[in-house]
Amino acid sequence: MGYELIDHTGDLGLKIRSVDLKSLFCEAATALFDVISDLDLIEVREEREISVVGMDNEELLVAWLNELLYLHEVERLLFRDFKIIEIGEGKLKGTAGGEALREEYHIIKTAIKAVTYHQLEVRKENGGWSGRIIFDI
Amino acid sequence: MRTDGMVYLDERMLNQIKQEQSLLQVKNVAHLPGIVGNSLGMPDIHWGYGFPIGGVAAFDLKKGIISPGGVGYDINCGVRLLRSGVERSEIRTRIKEIVDALFRNIPAGVGSRRKDLKLDEAQYRKVLLKGAEWAVKQGYGLGEDLEHIEEKGCIPGADPDLISQKAYERGRAQLGTLGSGNHFVEVGYVAEIYDQALASALGLSLDQVTVIVHTGSRGFGHQVCDDYIRVMLRAAEKYGIELPDKQLCCAPIQSPEGENYLAAMACAANFAFTNRQLITHWIRETFEQVMEIGPGKLQLQLVYDVCHNIAKIETHEVEGRKQRVCVHRKGATRSFAPNHPDIPAAYKKTGQPVLIPGDMGRCSYVLVGSQRAMRETFGSTCHGAGRVMSRHQAKKAARGRAVARELEDRGIYVRAASIATLVEEISEAYKDVSDVVEVVHAAGISKKVAKLKPMGVIKG
Repeated sequence: MGYELIDHTGDLGLKIRSVDLKSLFCEAATALFDVISDLDLIEVREEREISVVGMDNEELLVAWLNELLYLHEVERLLFRDFKIIEIGEGKLKGTAGGEALREEYHIIKTAIKAVTYHQLEVRKENGGWSGRIIFDI
Repeated sequence: MRTDGMVYLDERMLNQIKQEQSLLQVKNVAHLPGIVGNSLGMPDIHWGYGFPIGGVAAFDLKKGIISPGGVGYDINCGVRLLRSGVERSEIRTRIKEIVDALFRNIPAGVGSRRKDLKLDEAQYRKVLLKGAEWAVKQGYGLGEDLEHIEEKGCIPGADPDLISQKAYERGRAQLGTLGSGNHFVEVGYVAEIYDQALASALGLSLDQVTVIVHTGSRGFGHQVCDDYIRVMLRAAEKYGIELPDKQLCCAPIQSPEGENYLAAMACAANFAFTNRQLITHWIRETFEQVMEIGPGKLQLQLVYDVCHNIAKIETHEVEGRKQRVCVHRKGATRSFAPNHPDIPAAYKKTGQPVLIPGDMGRCSYVLVGSQRAMRETFGSTCHGAGRVMSRHQAKKAARGRAVARELEDRGIYVRAASIATLVEEISEAYKDVSDVVEVVHAAGISKKVAKLKPMGVIKG
C-alpha cells in the first residue's frame, strides 16, 4: 500500500504517495481504515456518498477523513473501498464502501479521535502527489 | 517570537525532548498575538499537534487569541479522585470482583456506548448548560460533589445553539462512557504521605482506598474541536494572523468566532464534567453491590475534579497589576494557591488539590497548588507522566509479553476492552510520573501531598 507510518510520540501519522490527487485521497482513506481495523476482514456491503468542502486540498483531505471517521463512530461503519468522483474548487465528492462493524468478527486496532491539521501537507512531487497527516489518538 | 519560552525540566528530560519537536511547539505558541508572560511547558511536555502536550499559554483579553488547538480534541479531559472509608486490607481479596464489576457497569473502549441512558433533546441541552449539576439533579451523585469540582462542574457561558448536529450525534450514546486510549478508572490506595497536615485536610490517610477517574468529553468534544478549527482557519485569514502551523489557527478572543468557540467549548467541558459525575455514581453503586455495604460505611467522597485540556478566562497578576487573561492549558492542570477565591471552602487553607495520574503500573500523586504557580505559571502545573515511546514503539517493546499477567504479578489487576490499548499503555512508554512530580514540587509550582498506588484498573 502507498503509505508509511510516522512515529509521533503522542500520536500517529501517515505519509502517503500516489500518482494523482484523487488516488491520494483514496490511499489516505484506505490507510486510515488499515490503522483502525483489519482491511482483509471488511466486506463491501453498503456504500455512502460523501461531500465535503475546504479552502484547499489540505483542508479537503482532513475534512474527507474526518467525515469517514464520523460515519465510523456514529453509524459504526468500517470502509475499505473508496472513489473520488470530483475534487476541485473547494469541494470534494466521493463514495465509501464497507459494512457495519460486527463486534465478534472485526477487530479495532486503534481508536482515532480526529485527523488534525498539524504539519498537514498535500503536494505535487516527482510527477506524483504526496500527503502527510497526523491523527490524534 | 513575541515572548520567551520557559519549560520546567530536569536534565534527563531535556535530553529526551530534544529528540522530538515539543520545544519547537513552545516556540510556535510564543508567536501567537497577545500572549502574556512566557510560553510555558510543564515537565510532562511531549510533542502534540499544534500546542505541545503539557503546554500553558495566557493571552490578553483585548489583544489576544483563543485557539481550539490550544485546548485539544478531548475538551475538558480531566481527572477526579474519590477517597473512601475503607482500608486496603478490606478489599485486597475482592479486588478482582470489584474490577470485573466496574468493567461491566462502565462502558469502556472504542465507540463504547451506554444503552440505558437515553437523553431527549431538552435533557441533552441541560447537560451542556449545567454540567455535573444536571447529573446530581437526576440522582447521579450528591449535592456536596459539586463543591469539589473545578468550576463546580459547570463552565459558564455555554450555548447549545452553537453545537453542530454532528457533535450532538457523536455525543448522544457516549455520555457515561470511559472511551479508549489512556482513559481509565483505577482503584488504589494511599501508599505514602509527604505532608501529614495537608493530607488530613484533604481527608487522606495511609492505606485508605481511593478511586481515580480519567476521561473527557468523548466524541462530542472531538467534533466541537474539529468544527471550530475549520472556523478558525478562516478567522485567522480574516484577522490577518500568521500561523507557524495550521493547527494553531485561532481568532481574537473578543471576536464573534472567538466568543462562539468559548461558548461551544463550555458545552463540551460541561459534557465532560457530567461524564465523570455519571461514572462516579456507577463506581459508588458497584462498590456498594460488591462489598455489600451501604454508602454510610463506604464513604466514597469526591476529593476533587480537575480539567487538563481547557481554556479559562481568569484574573492573574502580570507585572504587578491584575489582568484578565485567557489561559490555555493543554495537558496541564490548574494549581491555584491557598485562599484563591475560585477554590472550595474546604481547601482555602491547603490550596487547590492537584491530581496527577501516572501510567497503569506505577503510581499517581496528589499535590496542592501554590503561590509560586500564581506568579510563574498562571496557576498551572503538570498533568501526568507524558509519553516517551510512540504507540508503535510501545507495541514493539511489548511484543511477546503478557502485559496483563505482568501487572497482576505486581499486584495490579487490569481489565481492558482491547489488548492493543493495554500494550500501548505499558509503563515504559511513559516517563516515570515520580520524576515529573519531583520537578514541579522542587520548582514550587505545586506541593506533594500523597502518593497513590494502583490495585485494579479498567481501561478502554
